[in-house]
Amino acid sequence: MRPFPDACLRKCGRTALLWMAVLVFSLSSAFADFKVGLVLDRGGKDDKSFNASAYEGAMKAKKEQGIFLKYVEASDDNAFEPLLRAFAQKDFDLIIGIGFAQKEAIKKVAAQFPAKHFAIVDADVNAPNVRSLLFEEHEGAYIVGAIAALTSKTGKVGFVGGMDVPLIRRFEMGYEAGAKKINPQISVTPNFCGVTSEAWNNPPKGKELAMVQYDGGVDVIFAAAGASGFGVFDAAEERKKLAIGCDSNQDWTKPGLILTSMLKRVDLAVYTTIAEAKAGKFAAGPKRFGLADKGVDYSIDQYNEKLLPDSVRQRADELKTEIIAGKIVVPDYYKK
Amino acid sequence: MRKVLQPILAVALGLALGLGVTRIAGESPWHVLQILWRSAFGSNYDFGMTLFYSTPLILTGLAVAVPFQAGLFNIGAEGQLTLGALAAAAVGALWPVMPWPLAPVLATLAAILAGTVWGAIPGWLRARRGSHEVINTIMLNFIAAGLASYVTLYLLKNPDSQNPETRPIGAGYLIHQFGVFGGAPVSLALPLAVMAAVLVWILLWRTVLGYEMRAVGQSEPAARAAGINPGRIRIIAMSVAGGLAGLVGVGEVLGNAGKFRLGFSPEYGFIGIAVALLGRNQPVGVVASALLFGALHKGAADLDLETEHVTRELSLILQALIILSVSAEGLWSWMKKRREA
Repeated sequence: MRPFPDACLRKCGRTALLWMAVLVFSLSSAFADFKVGLVLDRGGKDDKSFNASAYEGAMKAKKEQGIFLKYVEASDDNAFEPLLRAFAQKDFDLIIGIGFAQKEAIKKVAAQFPAKHFAIVDADVNAPNVRSLLFEEHEGAYIVGAIAALTSKTGKVGFVGGMDVPLIRRFEMGYEAGAKKINPQISVTPNFCGVTSEAWNNPPKGKELAMVQYDGGVDVIFAAAGASGFGVFDAAEERKKLAIGCDSNQDWTKPGLILTSMLKRVDLAVYTTIAEAKAGKFAAGPKRFGLADKGVDYSIDQYNEKLLPDSVRQRADELKTEIIAGKIVVPDYYKK
Repeated sequence: MRKVLQPILAVALGLALGLGVTRIAGESPWHVLQILWRSAFGSNYDFGMTLFYSTPLILTGLAVAVPFQAGLFNIGAEGQLTLGALAAAAVGALWPVMPWPLAPVLATLAAILAGTVWGAIPGWLRARRGSHEVINTIMLNFIAAGLASYVTLYLLKNPDSQNPETRPIGAGYLIHQFGVFGGAPVSLALPLAVMAAVLVWILLWRTVLGYEMRAVGQSEPAARAAGINPGRIRIIAMSVAGGLAGLVGVGEVLGNAGKFRLGFSPEYGFIGIAVALLGRNQPVGVVASALLFGALHKGAADLDLETEHVTRELSLILQALIILSVSAEGLWSWMKKRREA
């Protein structure tokens, strides 16, 4: 018995097996997968609102398009750039940044990796390999403003925004215009949760503001406040009044109290961007999502259908058609 | 020898516990360790990012270590660095046309001054009013955050951005970034921080003032008997600490962002406490442990990216376990010292 060659053989066999495995693995990753990297904002994928919507869209693409998906949540504002860069340096084909906070980082990294494709939500980055996914928030807000005015019995509606930034002012302006379209005498009370990114995640503050508004006679509040909106919903429950959700469909969170949600279909934007890029049809430049392509909309489902009588829905849909046809021009805070 | 060995053991223990957790989460510890290593030192850019995160940690580590030597616990580095950065950005935004060598020097002095003032307040309160610096520094952190929000959003808001940040500083204020790091924002702030560590060492072990600080830290009655005024020493120690923390603004504002961004610090001031504890409140140790924590902070994001099961939260657990075992070790020796005293 000579153990030496035997051991050697076994070793060779194992090495061959290993190489085969490596080959198969690299082949599968080379051909089967279109790789997408998703860098979420600091809210993270469980905010039930903005980031959650982006994550859903990407997950849908993973299921239906068979892409390879990797998502990360940034740990600080200086981390966006290294994360985007790490995706670009690996063999990721499309890198998507969620939220306006990543604007500078995307601009910089996209310039350094001109062969890679990038996309960003809520910011306009002008580069040959970046697609900017922008939403006509004011159009959607206009419709829910009209719904609020049609529903309100007191002639007073409210608005609770998250962080006081132009983006949220844009929601507010559209909402007010929509409400005034239905009832020119209506009073619209706007409040904001704060001035830092903390304002997206401060439910007690949202609740406090909503309580004051409800006690002042307001009976419908539109919450465009990220996770702080849940405080508004709590207040609606305590005061038995109505609230309107934002970004994701939030009707299910408090059935019977959420009049409707203004949908901002970040999921749709992310999904179509991935699908188009995978089909080799990536297009750079700004892509706007409005009422016409259902990028913004209002929600009807089993949780709120009893709150929205046919007359209200009809009026809302009429306004929608008029905006799409250009007969109504919704005032835009960005163009003020 | 034990002085060097104990912190290393603490790190090893924390890392082992952390890797055990990743094992439970279904990720091979060896793989995790490899990623951490690669993330910190894998390329010039990665190493640059590690150095970028280490730079403020050296300064906040020193800002905790100096008062610690004088028997004070500075939890206010976060507020001190916030105001330091804000002051540097404010100077750069208010007087944007300023020639190069003068501009960064001016902004740096503003950062040091703002931090010093914010450190001196709790020092003075402790020395003259006897109110505890732990409470006061924590409260001053909140005031600094509120002040920074107000100045940023109502006085110096950048009109071209949705982010809560100040107007950009003038071009003359930007300091040199080292090219070898492939675009990672490693600036002159790094040598500045190392120089600060050297100066702190000289201050503590080669000057009368430093001797007096350590004397007060080790035994106040003995120091008093030797004719040292503990109140004066405490004010000075906290002022020096504030100035050191304020210097964080140089790397962030002049060497990286070119403006003050609300929430730019991932709690450098609090990680600085762990850095100082692990570094045994010695400048050399602080520099070394700042490098470790910088690498861990960089690694956290990459673990999330490169593994299937380790998310950002789990990488935070890893960091926390290391911090915990480090501080447990620090607490233990501190209590022992107390009992002996």
